[in-house]
Parts: sequence; structure tokens; C-alpha cells
Amino acid sequence: MSEYIDHDDTGRSVGLVRKQAFTFGESGQGLVLDSGRTLAPVTLAYETCGTLNADRTNAILICHALTGDSHVAGYYSEDDPKPGWWDLMVGPGKPLDTDKFFIICSNVIGGCMGSTGPVSRNPETNQPYGAKFPVVTIGDMVRCQRRLVDHLGIDTLLAVVGGSVGGMQVLEWSVRYPDRVHAAIPLATTTKHSAQAIAFNEVARQAIMADPTWNRGDYYETGRPEHGLAVARMIGHITYLSDESMRHKFDRRLQDRVELSFDFEADFQVESYLRYQGNKFVERFDANSFLYLTKAADYFNLENQYGDGSLVAAFSRASCKYLVISFTSDWLYPTYQSKAMVKGMKKNGLDVSFCEIEAPWGHDAFLLPNERFNGLIRGFLDRICTGCNIGGEHAL
Amino acid sequence: MRFDLQVIASWIEPGSKVLDLGCRTGSLLAYLTEHKSIRGTGIEIDEGHAGEAIAKGLSVIHGDIYEEIEDYPDNAFDYVILSQALMQVMDPETLIREMLRVGRLCVVSFPNFTHYRNRLQMLFTGRAPMSKELPYEWYNTPNIRVVPIIDFRRFCANMRVPIVKEVAISTHHHDEKGTVITFLPNLFATFGIFMLGQPGK
Repeated sequence: MSEYIDHDDTGRSVGLVRKQAFTFGESGQGLVLDSGRTLAPVTLAYETCGTLNADRTNAILICHALTGDSHVAGYYSEDDPKPGWWDLMVGPGKPLDTDKFFIICSNVIGGCMGSTGPVSRNPETNQPYGAKFPVVTIGDMVRCQRRLVDHLGIDTLLAVVGGSVGGMQVLEWSVRYPDRVHAAIPLATTTKHSAQAIAFNEVARQAIMADPTWNRGDYYETGRPEHGLAVARMIGHITYLSDESMRHKFDRRLQDRVELSFDFEADFQVESYLRYQGNKFVERFDANSFLYLTKAADYFNLENQYGDGSLVAAFSRASCKYLVISFTSDWLYPTYQSKAMVKGMKKNGLDVSFCEIEAPWGHDAFLLPNERFNGLIRGFLDRICTGCNIGGEHAL
Repeated sequence: MRFDLQVIASWIEPGSKVLDLGCRTGSLLAYLTEHKSIRGTGIEIDEGHAGEAIAKGLSVIHGDIYEEIEDYPDNAFDYVILSQALMQVMDPETLIREMLRVGRLCVVSFPNFTHYRNRLQMLFTGRAPMSKELPYEWYNTPNIRVVPIIDFRRFCANMRVPIVKEVAISTHHHDEKGTVITFLPNLFATFGIFMLGQPGK
């Protein structure tokens, strides 16, 4: 996911939020991962906004995308310059209305924003795990989230919502824990990566691993592979945009010059933009985490995991209501992939709504303001609320 | 709600499962959900319309009716409705067979092309008729075929699809009101509405 963090025009906000942590498996009983290895202890960083009602029926879990985090909305302090990554969508009166819903957003394991990941200290060596961190899957991430939901005393989630890799978690939730999810909103996502998506991720990983400072993942004492990570981010960033959005934003315009340099300076605006995005990313993200998270996304294969290769069989486990949304210019997870999941849902007689939204901005469209998008989510959730007798304005 | 949709609504059993093909912004589905407690799904090819329908809290798939209907299992619905879309359907026979595969009964409605005003227009002006029901010029119409009530009956007979119910109506200016036409419907009705049953039954 890209760097769009925007304030909305209304000025409505959930206000101040704080990052919390939930740890389990401290006494050794951690999580047995899909790989067979055990992770213990496990910490999940998470944030919540809104109020849990007395019946504990109004909770919505938001799953963040590849390089997102738990800071979904609001501000950490009065002078915080930026709100959370989906502040446009989450807040009072917004589609994910914090006057009605109790919003939970956790970091995924394998990440670097407070949840257990390669940056964390391995209790056996007291050193950062680095590349010795076990490979995690989307399934592992979701099982950790379930432990968090249990910890919060929530039996059934009203909805699970997320885009991109977050959407994979949404799908995983709906199939792995069908009796704990009323509704699922997978956005701009897929049930499995295409060869093209895996290819881009592999190039990004190779960029990190080819950086000599990566040092086989052991760099926390010696200095980070900043260049490799920046290049990886540049590759990712290209896949989040579209031909049209790049043409619109940059075309072939030059950056700070009127003539070509005839060297390897950033002549074009698009080069300069990618360099900037790459360098900015390095400040907040860990290279090893990037390796683990992209691998988890590549491994995700809902039909293989749950349906012996059949999406219809996989969705036969599900029972929630779905709202599937794709975007016309998303070439990372194109609409045909959303249509395939919708087909699997329909063949099982599941209640599913689907819309392909016309948007020129590529994969990142789910992070940008869009009235159509808001209306879809709002209308769908209204229906889910009615079905579940979730009251209007006054959550307890 | 439009009078033709009111007639269709009156045919639907409460609590049934309904698929509405070409549901536009979902007004029929919304009405049936509210007044007849149906469980409904719509299919709509226009993004704006589909989006509006979903935003109303309806279950709607944005897509092409031919492609989308294929995915439903046999007998998934009690009723499958094709309201005022037959004129735009490329292959009505295949579609109606699909409708009767996924649904027990199917409802088809269309503007009656041989309404006397259309006939008079052709006769006196010699031009392709335009009417409130078919408000397009030859060069901008989405309709690829014209459907007279009498021909639709023959079409059903040829397919061996029984007509379970049939009503011909004439609507007034505001569409919400209308009358049922029993005398020479092929001449005097502006719309034909048919309920079709399983072939060979």
C-alpha cells in the first residue's frame, strides 16, 4: 500500500488514539505456524476506536495492507501531523462509523510496527530474529488476530474489512472462522497471487538481498540495507499506480531542470518521485519484514488451502455476507481475480455483492477519496447492522 | 414504483428468493424486500446503478447478466425477473432457459412494440416509431430487437415454455398508475408481463 494518508474535508476524526499491545505465549505455549515452527511469545500491536457495545456485537476488524500498520485513524498526539492510514474511511459519521462500530486494527506478525517480527528479539538468543524469524503466512497472521479478538472478549465480528494483503486476511477470516464473522469486505484483493504479482515481489526481495549491507538478514548492529529496501519499495510503488495515473501525475515532465542531464541523475519527475518514496519508506520500514510479508502474500492460496484447488470448495466453508470491490485500473489484483472469488461465493449460494469501481488510480484506489466507494461500504454495513440488530447512533 | 413493477411485485410470494436481472438501481428489489420479505439479489451491468443499489443495502452483482447467471446453481431462486431488458438481450432463448434453470418461475416484461400508437406513427410518418416506452432514435437505441406481445407468446410456445400468468397493461403519464388491458392487448397494451414456468411441465 502506498503513502496516501489524507485528512478528509469534513474535519471529523476519532481524535487521539494510542497503540496497545497484546502478548500471548509467554509461558512457552505460543503459536504453531503453518510452517511447523513455533513462535513464542507473540505480541500484536493494535489500536481501537469507537466503543464496544454491551452485547459485544459491533466490532469491526480492519486488516491493513502489506506495509500498513495498526494506526488506521486518528492521531497519536495533539500536534501529530498525520492521521492514520484510513482516516478518510474510519471516524464519526464516516462509512466505518465510530459512533456505531468498535473498530480494531492490529499489526500483523512478521511486520515491524510493534508486532512480533524479524526485528523482535529472539528469546533464545536475545538478539533480533533477523532472517532466522520463521516464515509466516496469511493464515498465521489471522490466527494471531483471532487470539486478539478472543482477548478483547469478542465472540463474533460484525465485519472484517481490508484491502490488498488486508483483503487476503479478510478472505482467510471468512473461510477459517466462518462462525465468527457476519460480514466480510475484501477490497482490491485476490485469493492467490498471479505469477506477475509474485514476480514483482521476487524482484523487490532480490533488491534487498542484493544490497551487501543486508548481510543475510543480520544487519541490526551494522546498518540497514537502505538502498535495497528503497529499490524494493520503488518496484512496489509502480505496481500500486497505473499507466494512466502516472501519465496524469508525471507524464515525461522533467524534475528541476529544463534539459536532459545526460548522466544518471533523476531527470524525470517520475524518477525523482520514486526515489523520494523509496527513501521515505526506509525511514519507517524494516527490510527483513518486507521479505517476510511479501513471501506471506505470495504463499496465500485460498483455494489450495481450503478447497483442494477449488475456490467453490473453499467458499463452501464460508457463511458470511460479502461485499467484494475491485477497481478498473488495478493491474496488481485485476478485476478478473475478484470475479473469480465472487463466482465461488455465488456457487455456494452465499449472499454477495460486487462492484468494479471505475477509478484511474490503480491498486491504490481503495486508499483515496471516492464517493461511490463510501456509499457501497456504508449501504452494505447498514444492511448488516439491520440484520444483526445493531442500533443506530448510540453504542453503549 | 412504476406500474409494471407493481404488477410484478404482486405476483411474488412473500419470503421467496428472487433474482432480478438488469435490476438498475434496485427499486423493485427494495420494494420486495420491504413489503414481501424476500431474499433478493440483483445483477446490473451499469456501475453507477449497481453502486446505487448496493448503497441502498441491496445484494447486487455488478456484471453482465449472461455471465453472472451462469454461476448460480440449479433452482437457486423461486423467481427470476427480467424486467424491460428483453429488447436488449442478444440471445433471449438461451437467457430464458438459464433463467428457468436457476429459478422455478421467471417473469419477463417488455414494452409492446405493436401498440397502436407505434403502428400509426409508422403508417402516417413512415418513420421508425418513438414512444415513451421506446424513447430512442434508430441510431442511439440500446434495444436490438422489438417485441410484440403476440410474438412473445409464439416464442414461448416454440420453446415449450408454459405461460403461467400473463397481463397486458397500459400505463399513464406518471408510470405509477396504469390499467390492465384485456381487449386486443397486442394493439392497446404498452407493456406485456409474463410469468413463465418450467418447460414441459
